[in-house]
Amino acid sequence: MTRSTAQAQPAGNLPLAKALNEGMRKAMENDPKVLVMGEDVGKLGGVFRVTDGLQKDFGEERVIDTPLAESGIVGTAIGLALRGYRPVVEIQFDGFVFPAADQIITQLAKMHMRSLGALQLPVVIRIPCGGGIGAVEHHSESPENYFTHTAGLRVVACSNSADAYTMIQQSIASPDPVIFFEPKRRYWDKAPVDVEAAPADWRPLHDAHVVNPGEHVTVLAYGPSVKTCLEAAAAAAEEGRSLEVIDLRSLNPLDIDTVTESVNRTGRCVVVHEAPVFSGYGAELAARITERCFYRLESPVLRVGGFSTPYPPSRLEDHYLPDLDRILDAVDRTFAW
Amino acid sequence: MTIDSVRGAPDTPELAQPDRDGTELIQLLTPEGERVEHPDYPLDLTPDEIRGLYRDLVITRRIDLEAVALTRQGELGIWASLLGQEAAQIGSGRALTANDMVFPTYREHGVAWCREVEPLNLLGLFRGVNHGGWDPAEHGFHLYTIVIGSQTLHATGYAMGIQRDGVLGTDKAGATIAYFGDGATSQGDVNESFVFASVFNAPVVFFCQNNQWAISEPLEKQSRIPLYKRAQGYGFPGLRVDGNDVFACLAVTRKALEAARTGQGPTLVEAYTYRMGAHTTTDDPTRYRLKAEEEAWKLKDPIERVKAYLVRNEMADTAFFDDLDAEAKKFATELRKACLALPDPQPLAMFENVYADKHPLMTEEQEQFAAYLASFEGPVVSEGAAS
Repeated sequence: MTRSTAQAQPAGNLPLAKALNEGMRKAMENDPKVLVMGEDVGKLGGVFRVTDGLQKDFGEERVIDTPLAESGIVGTAIGLALRGYRPVVEIQFDGFVFPAADQIITQLAKMHMRSLGALQLPVVIRIPCGGGIGAVEHHSESPENYFTHTAGLRVVACSNSADAYTMIQQSIASPDPVIFFEPKRRYWDKAPVDVEAAPADWRPLHDAHVVNPGEHVTVLAYGPSVKTCLEAAAAAAEEGRSLEVIDLRSLNPLDIDTVTESVNRTGRCVVVHEAPVFSGYGAELAARITERCFYRLESPVLRVGGFSTPYPPSRLEDHYLPDLDRILDAVDRTFAW
Repeated sequence: MTIDSVRGAPDTPELAQPDRDGTELIQLLTPEGERVEHPDYPLDLTPDEIRGLYRDLVITRRIDLEAVALTRQGELGIWASLLGQEAAQIGSGRALTANDMVFPTYREHGVAWCREVEPLNLLGLFRGVNHGGWDPAEHGFHLYTIVIGSQTLHATGYAMGIQRDGVLGTDKAGATIAYFGDGATSQGDVNESFVFASVFNAPVVFFCQNNQWAISEPLEKQSRIPLYKRAQGYGFPGLRVDGNDVFACLAVTRKALEAARTGQGPTLVEAYTYRMGAHTTTDDPTRYRLKAEEEAWKLKDPIERVKAYLVRNEMADTAFFDDLDAEAKKFATELRKACLALPDPQPLAMFENVYADKHPLMTEEQEQFAAYLASFEGPVVSEGAAS
């Protein structure tokens, strides 16, 4: 049960799902109060196998297969947190979080303030998000803005294996509730994970990360879109354009200083996310960047995202999701002003 | 036009008869103040304990009355009166031990009294100085929950935590008790809490005060079977107790809590009572219910029957009742005074406690707002000087 993570999986390339699994395992080893709960998280290991093997090693009391009721899962997680536990809840798919929205928004987010600070709610809600896997309706959505708009929640989104491993552990350690978005179409992407690094050396949970330094245009992204933006940066480089790609990692709070520093240098900014553009996270970024970088901007902040429609049938999702060409098109347009 | 799904409501006298469909109502003290025995719920109270319960009932009603008056005078924004439900709350509240945890709605002023939450704190919430000013852990009494039914899941989760602590059956064992009303039984969260509590055998008592009305909607709009019978469908015991009988509520809740603490799982208690007042001070019951119904329930008053019992059995004399009335009046007067003296919170306090850890946006907005407020404090420039 206490097998060493390093022995289990030597430092090296890990799929993102496995990095999350190792991160949760580490947190459960370090703190007996950490619980995992959700639908099918036990024997099956979750529909994406992110919790694979945890119940076998930590038992049914700590890795709880729950009844099929999302509000019930989050509501009981709140109760467990009030009793001193640190539940890590898995919502099976993005589109299934809505039955739990009431418990998240009216209870989880507000209880610390309601109690004048007496109560802490260290609950992590993991949500596989985004499209690109050819799924049926409700399995490809990007509901982050419902939660970034709710004070009292912290909202983060990992984009790669290394961040997945550290960010899930940092989220579990947070005294505040954290909505943790996982890019489901990147679950199988492998990347190096340093499981030996000391937590003190990890990038702070709410810091953005400049994943591709550049000079001409700042491209802001998070979650599944980061990889697409890096591909766009590589393509742009061939044409002599240097894109600075920033992985925001944390949506609430937002590391606005890293963003501001970059845009003040480049003078141009494109925001990319899978969620619909209208009233999306990009709108908040555009407004804040405009306030802080007004005299340095060479063009308006442009947004590339999902259309303002419901997520379409999957045969159309390649048109709906921001891809390399649409990102480069927006980059071009920032030079047209 | 009559459509099949709309049935006529039972007439009032029928509604007032809890046993109209063969339902057993657990009762230990009749409305006339006569003690009756129930084989499953023996209860042996000393005269001191009975006088104590009576004092709880009277003071709770007096606090409630004062809060209604304060609302009428504009000192509270709103108040949810517990008038008529004192026995259900005091009986169940006095069944609790220190290890138990209460998850109340916004009407549980009597239970709050039993858990020694300052009544002033309850008034503070309704006055708008905070959203709940007590420490739940200190009192074993969670904050008032305003969204209907949400707290039943918190109670169930907390009970699952008690299980995981491995204390059931020991002297550290506790149980949770979730309070909710008849209307809440239609909520998904309440039904989900029944499912979770059942499959995990969680140590939780579901205490439903069926006060017959969910604002304007009678019970017929929530259920076609007696509420306690729903428990069977979830796989745990359910029973109905006379919610205006403080003895029965005490005995029944004690037994249900003890079952929970010893690992026997959840119980649904339906306390059959009546909301004598309005839903809240903004409500007007004359629009939807008959005075005759209220009059019928007045005869089942939870306080009068204990008084009758005390008098009949010479456990209290006139001096006792006079002293208690004076005590309640003094208590209310002091509560009113303290309520009026409650300071408004500082404007900058709203940014505090949103998060437990530092949050840059809270800091930023708090500083901006502080600077804005401070801008009014500088020297006043007269119009003449400007020209």
